[in-house]
Amino acid sequence: MSYKIVAENCTACGACEFECPNSAIKMKGDVFIIDPNSCTECDGQFDEPQCAAICPMPDTCIPA
Amino acid sequence: MSQLIHIQPLESKGGIPSPRPQTEGCASSACGKMSDAHGLADDIWEKVKDHPCYSEEAHQYFARMHVAVAPACNIQCNYCNRKYDCANESRPGVVSERLTPEQALRKVIAVANEVSQLSVLGIAGPGDACYDWEKTKETFEEVAKVIPDVKFCLSTNGLALADCIDDIAKMNIDHVTLTINMVDPEIGAKIYPWIFFNNKRWTGIEASRILHERQMLALELLKERGILTKVNSVMIPDINDTHLLEVNRVVKEKGAFLHNIMPLISDPAHGTHFGLTGQREPSHQELMALQNQLADGTKLMRHCRQCRADAIGLLGEDRGQAFSMDKIPETLEYNPANRASYREIVAQERGEHLQQKKSAERKLAELEAKPTILAAVVSKQGGRINQHFGHAQEFQIYEVSPYGVKFISHRKIPLYCAEGNGDDQRLDNIITALEGIQAVLCARIGDCPREKLEKAGIEVNVAYAHDWIESGLSSWYAARFSKENRRIA
Repeated sequence: MSYKIVAENCTACGACEFECPNSAIKMKGDVFIIDPNSCTECDGQFDEPQCAAICPMPDTCIPA
Repeated sequence: MSQLIHIQPLESKGGIPSPRPQTEGCASSACGKMSDAHGLADDIWEKVKDHPCYSEEAHQYFARMHVAVAPACNIQCNYCNRKYDCANESRPGVVSERLTPEQALRKVIAVANEVSQLSVLGIAGPGDACYDWEKTKETFEEVAKVIPDVKFCLSTNGLALADCIDDIAKMNIDHVTLTINMVDPEIGAKIYPWIFFNNKRWTGIEASRILHERQMLALELLKERGILTKVNSVMIPDINDTHLLEVNRVVKEKGAFLHNIMPLISDPAHGTHFGLTGQREPSHQELMALQNQLADGTKLMRHCRQCRADAIGLLGEDRGQAFSMDKIPETLEYNPANRASYREIVAQERGEHLQQKKSAERKLAELEAKPTILAAVVSKQGGRINQHFGHAQEFQIYEVSPYGVKFISHRKIPLYCAEGNGDDQRLDNIITALEGIQAVLCARIGDCPREKLEKAGIEVNVAYAHDWIESGLSSWYAARFSKENRRIA
């Protein structure tokens, strides 16, 4: 149960990094990646996964 | 000659010689009451006089730089595409490289050492400066330690401003620009597909209702703290164009100091929603008509160049690419000498400029009732008619009448002279951009473009080359219309 970031869409704005309540998102190279071990899909924390809710690019933060 | 007139960044201690003998009495900005001269209260003038974006007069002398440290944004606008970045593209939200606060500090020092006109450091994204607050804040804090006299400003959509208002006030950020495109959520829904607020993505009218309420709150908080606020509005034909009259009324009432109407940029190549759906941009004429409707009783900014989130230099230019991070050394020290001596020169130039403006006004006031006309000036800045027509990338449009000389807007044009040759296609585009303009005043012009302009019914005049803009325009106007008088008589 985890989200992932579609690298080719990522603008590397970093909004997901600081919205993530689990510190699961880090910069790797030019884009951000989600650590599947830390990601909870925000279940029980928020109504929707925060990375997907803030991401400016459609279909970029999606279920892995 | 142009060296004399254009206030170049200082390369030597000698500065620039005065282009003409000093007029009697006034050699510094201490002359006269500034509040009279600029139509602003003294305390406001003190805040804006060196800020190129807030003062039409200051933009002729001072430069700004934006550092792109805040890439994250909390709303989506239909005129923005965050993926798109092109080094030739000039519009807000666009950058070529994003910086960490530490890199930003090095860049600011490098620019301050080279660009003596630098007076303002702004953070305008490319996302939202208040939403991406930690990076914005760290950047300002680091720069303030090294260059304490640079002014700070930031630009935001206002949604997150309330969260950082205490920091803003504490850090002496005394200029904030809010982009407000509507005061009616129904209209907002056509501009903003979504916002992110309180850990939730909101869409539709609800999103715009929240954004509107937060923007109004932002205006109130800024007013309460005495922070000078400019409102930017993007004019979108058939969506918010007529509504901007209402926006103007509301933001003025809530204490905004300046209102800046910017035309929508919707080139399909940018891949924005508006670009892809064929939403058209307003014409020069439509923009001017709207600005004229708003001109009564409010300060309207007309000299905005819609610059990039990493722009560097005077408003008409962008030297950002000359200062990319790969050109900036790892360690460097700030040298305040250039900026200090430039300020002395500006103080002197300003004094003279003010005198010239006043005598231009007197000259015009003596004329009997005469038409109000629009004229285009070609200027490399510094407030003078000092550029070759073929080198111009914009016209500065002025309204001239017996009531005075008033700056109206700038119009971007393609460079006529490229690689030493004029280009006919570009000249046609330039003539199109001169719609409604009676005359062009420039420092020099080739015979060929002169003939074509005259054929198109546009008068060309180089008699006031290197003169102050107001003085040149008023002399031209007085001569032009008294000549007509004689002919009639």
